[in-house]
Amino acid sequence: MTLSDMMNIGLMQGFAGLSLFAVLLLMGLGLAIIFGQMGVINMAHGEFMTIGAYSIYLAARVTESLAPAFMPYYFPIAIGLAFVFAFIVGWIVEWVLIRHLYKRPLDTLLATWGVSLGLQQLFRTFIGPKEVSPTLPEWLMGSWTPHEGLDIPINGLFVLALTALVTGGVLVALHKSRWGLRVRATVANRTMANATGIDTTKTDRLTFAIGCGIAGMAGAAFTTIGSTGPTSGSLYIVDAFLVVTFGGAASLLGTVVSAFGIAQTQSISEFFMTGSMAKVLTLSLIVLILMMRPQGLFAVKVRR
Amino acid sequence: MNFIKASILRYQLGSLLLLVLLLAVVLPLSLDIFRLNLVGKYLTYAFVAVGLVMVWGYGGVLSLGQGVFFGIGGYAMAMFLKLEASDPITTKIQSTPGIPDFMDWNQITELPVLWLPFKSLPLSLALVVLAPMALAWLVSFAMFKRRVGGVYFAIITQAVALICTVLIIGQQGYTGGVNGMTDLKTMLGWDTRTDGAKYILYYVCVGLLVASIVLCRWIQTSKLGTLLLAMRDKEDRVRFSGYDVSNFKVFIFCLAAGLSGIGGAMFALQVGFMSPSFVGIVPSIEMVIFCAVGGRMSLVGAVYGALLVNAGKTLFSESFPDLWLFLMAGLFIGVTMAFPMGLAGLWDEKIRPWWKGRRQALREAAVKPPAATVAAQSPAPQTEPALPDGIGSQRA
Repeated sequence: MTLSDMMNIGLMQGFAGLSLFAVLLLMGLGLAIIFGQMGVINMAHGEFMTIGAYSIYLAARVTESLAPAFMPYYFPIAIGLAFVFAFIVGWIVEWVLIRHLYKRPLDTLLATWGVSLGLQQLFRTFIGPKEVSPTLPEWLMGSWTPHEGLDIPINGLFVLALTALVTGGVLVALHKSRWGLRVRATVANRTMANATGIDTTKTDRLTFAIGCGIAGMAGAAFTTIGSTGPTSGSLYIVDAFLVVTFGGAASLLGTVVSAFGIAQTQSISEFFMTGSMAKVLTLSLIVLILMMRPQGLFAVKVRR
Repeated sequence: MNFIKASILRYQLGSLLLLVLLLAVVLPLSLDIFRLNLVGKYLTYAFVAVGLVMVWGYGGVLSLGQGVFFGIGGYAMAMFLKLEASDPITTKIQSTPGIPDFMDWNQITELPVLWLPFKSLPLSLALVVLAPMALAWLVSFAMFKRRVGGVYFAIITQAVALICTVLIIGQQGYTGGVNGMTDLKTMLGWDTRTDGAKYILYYVCVGLLVASIVLCRWIQTSKLGTLLLAMRDKEDRVRFSGYDVSNFKVFIFCLAAGLSGIGGAMFALQVGFMSPSFVGIVPSIEMVIFCAVGGRMSLVGAVYGALLVNAGKTLFSESFPDLWLFLMAGLFIGVTMAFPMGLAGLWDEKIRPWWKGRRQALREAAVKPPAATVAAQSPAPQTEPALPDGIGSQRA
């Protein structure tokens, strides 16, 4: 093995860690808003991702049968659709369930777990129990080879780019926009926010729906990597919660850092042991650190 | 007489007696042994639900990792039974006789050190309770000392459940992997699969369950129970009164873990196998719903919750496999939204006051013969909170 081979392996391993980072961050982003900012334990988060993934699949099917010439371009529009669908479902769920439970955060867990079961069965009944994957446009396939022996898959790059875009968007929206100001005010002190004229009911609903929409986009991004089934949402849910909690619930920057840390620990330890043991090691490390620093890496001081 | 009446009310002996009557007499007489064995299986979950009443209803801490403790208890029992089932004679076709079959398939030639304690029954039985408690202590001690609770505790216990599942499935040679431990036949030479043995195991299960309920009720009525409620509602005040809050929480969490372990062991004995599918996140959350359906403040209610949800699950998934998940979803949402105190809450808040008001009205009518005055005064007693028969003081 020459030096350049070693370099290539190192780079590819590093890229594998980076794409895992992107996946974890995308999973955590929507939850960082819903759980981190609002304090709602949304166990149906995985199913909102699945909604996004299925909307890509459906968009691909429709485009394929109605306008095959449009195939290379449908993907960005479908991601927007994924956002819209998950947003709408999130809006309804907030309106029907969540708004009654803001004072009982632990009960949101049970209710949303029920939502997640119901959605899973809906997917199974209306779309089918089998795993599906959409036909992806040509430009997403294959890999990019900057030089001999170094292959970087384009779908990984795409997910990375999308993650950067969404994260940047959420950061800017939360800290620069009117909505972000309202959200942060409501989170910090609901009564006072209400007193200053912020419609907290509306803010909550919008925030929850936006969080769900981002989950939908995350699910859409995952269709480039793997297939989607009715139960695939439940695979992500614990990881997503750990990413958000580990980073410090109320801090978006913490979510980014913790996703990076978890992804790197996982992919580096996978180099030395089996995948499942690497997962056990990573999770145990997270649990241990959380026991020492219960508020996560970036605790935000809030007066309650 | 007053003392007996008071202690019946204090320890809720009436409802417990009704439960014992149902479990020990009515169900064994009315069901065949196959169904009764199923009920026994549901009752093993009731151990977990009773523990959750203590931790969640009284302690105010929701654990999403009770499946882990159930699993540890179950695996401890199953490892003992598995070792007995794989004696050198029955396993002589293996390349290494005398070790469990899945170890042989995974090219392990010697019994792992971890398995050695499970050669003796007393040690295994002790580990059924102590191993879950030890893990519970490890998980909870640091957290409660640092005043972590609520959501964060729930998520960490959930992560622990995930870790355990991945670990059990990953370490196939030591744990049997996804299949778990199967073919558990005898316990010290006693065949656990005959009908007679199933009856005995069912009654052991009922006995242990009733004993745990009595123990938990005793704790609830003691000073510790009062402190737990106080802590749940206003933790800081209890702390400022000079109590070390975390120790009580750790104790109650370990107690629940030990109970879950007993449940797991009874499960392994009655059902004859143990697998990681009872350890993970989904079963753990389902166990919470058993408790929530029955009522998170009622020990006896939790048993009914476990029985009803599981019986419903079996019946509905037999006849409508597609609709079952919708029904389960409706149960989660409906119970959380409409009956936060579960079936027991429905009884306490709706049925009993109605019945008492009715009895009161009848008594009034009997005392005062003139019909005109009764009609005029009848609404008044219902708003009167103080009742003469002393039952009114026993709410909550």
